[in-house]
Amino acid sequence: MLSPLHKQLLNNYQQDFPLSPTPYRDIAEQLGVSEDEVLAAFQVLAEQQLISRIGPVIAPNAIGSSALVAMAVSDADLAWVAELVSSYPEVNHNYERENRFNLWFVLIADNDEHLHGVIADIEARSGYQTMLLPMLADYFINLGFELNLHD
Amino acid sequence: MIDAIDFQLIAAVQAGLPIAARPYAAIAAQLALSEQDVIDRLMNLKSQGLIKRWGVVVKHRQLGYRANAMIVMDIPDERVAELGQQISRFSFVNLCYQRPRRGETWPYNLYCMIHGKSRELVMQQWAALQQSCGLSGIAFEVLFSRRCFKQRGALYRQARQPRLEASHG
Repeated sequence: MLSPLHKQLLNNYQQDFPLSPTPYRDIAEQLGVSEDEVLAAFQVLAEQQLISRIGPVIAPNAIGSSALVAMAVSDADLAWVAELVSSYPEVNHNYERENRFNLWFVLIADNDEHLHGVIADIEARSGYQTMLLPMLADYFINLGFELNLHD
Repeated sequence: MIDAIDFQLIAAVQAGLPIAARPYAAIAAQLALSEQDVIDRLMNLKSQGLIKRWGVVVKHRQLGYRANAMIVMDIPDERVAELGQQISRFSFVNLCYQRPRRGETWPYNLYCMIHGKSRELVMQQWAALQQSCGLSGIAFEVLFSRRCFKQRGALYRQARQPRLEASHG
């Protein structure tokens, strides 16, 4: 079970984790607990894999070139095509979704040429076409994920 | 503008800040920078918008948010910005992007993501969103995720421009 401290750490510090020499002590002061309690609670969240990290989320396309890519793959071929796609270091999310376009992944490359090179390679090796869906605008303002941890 | 040291810094913090009393000092030591320099550079990258957010990155699936729907909509071009902003204000929506249409096979230009504890809840949230944004006549598809083949590959090449894990392409 998550303690109230765990929940506060999960919910309140997604957007603005303190950028000060002693961020965990700052959080402790804000929450009225000790620095050791905050450090221990973050250790637990990390060990239980409830957080992936405390760190940056980089704006899409701020560095390099990225795109969402979709493929419509037959059920019989999906496992090996998915494995092929995942094997590229440029791919960082790769999901099966319920749709005729059933394989969805995000590609991040150094530049457009590199991006198109990887796409061409995936198409050649898989024998399937891809649908390239780069981001045109990002409307998201309320950053971070608001967890409903009260139930 | 960002420089080579900023790239090294982003590469160094990408895997996550140490959980220790002076985490920025630990990063600084790896890069032969001062602790204050690390903090100033991160603040600068954040205010420039390159770092979209700086903080705790949660794992939805482990926290019980196992239903993940990407919803794609065919919105009239002149309304896409307005509706995108409106949709992104819902607390259960956690990404909202415009992407290009791909002809008749894929006429959708607005994407949003809802992470929920169950399919039923996600569909209820989507219904509430449709109603409150007046999306009743808008064509859409709901794509729930099934298998996750790969979630992240924080891969970068120190010597060159790093490849980064962007929020969602």
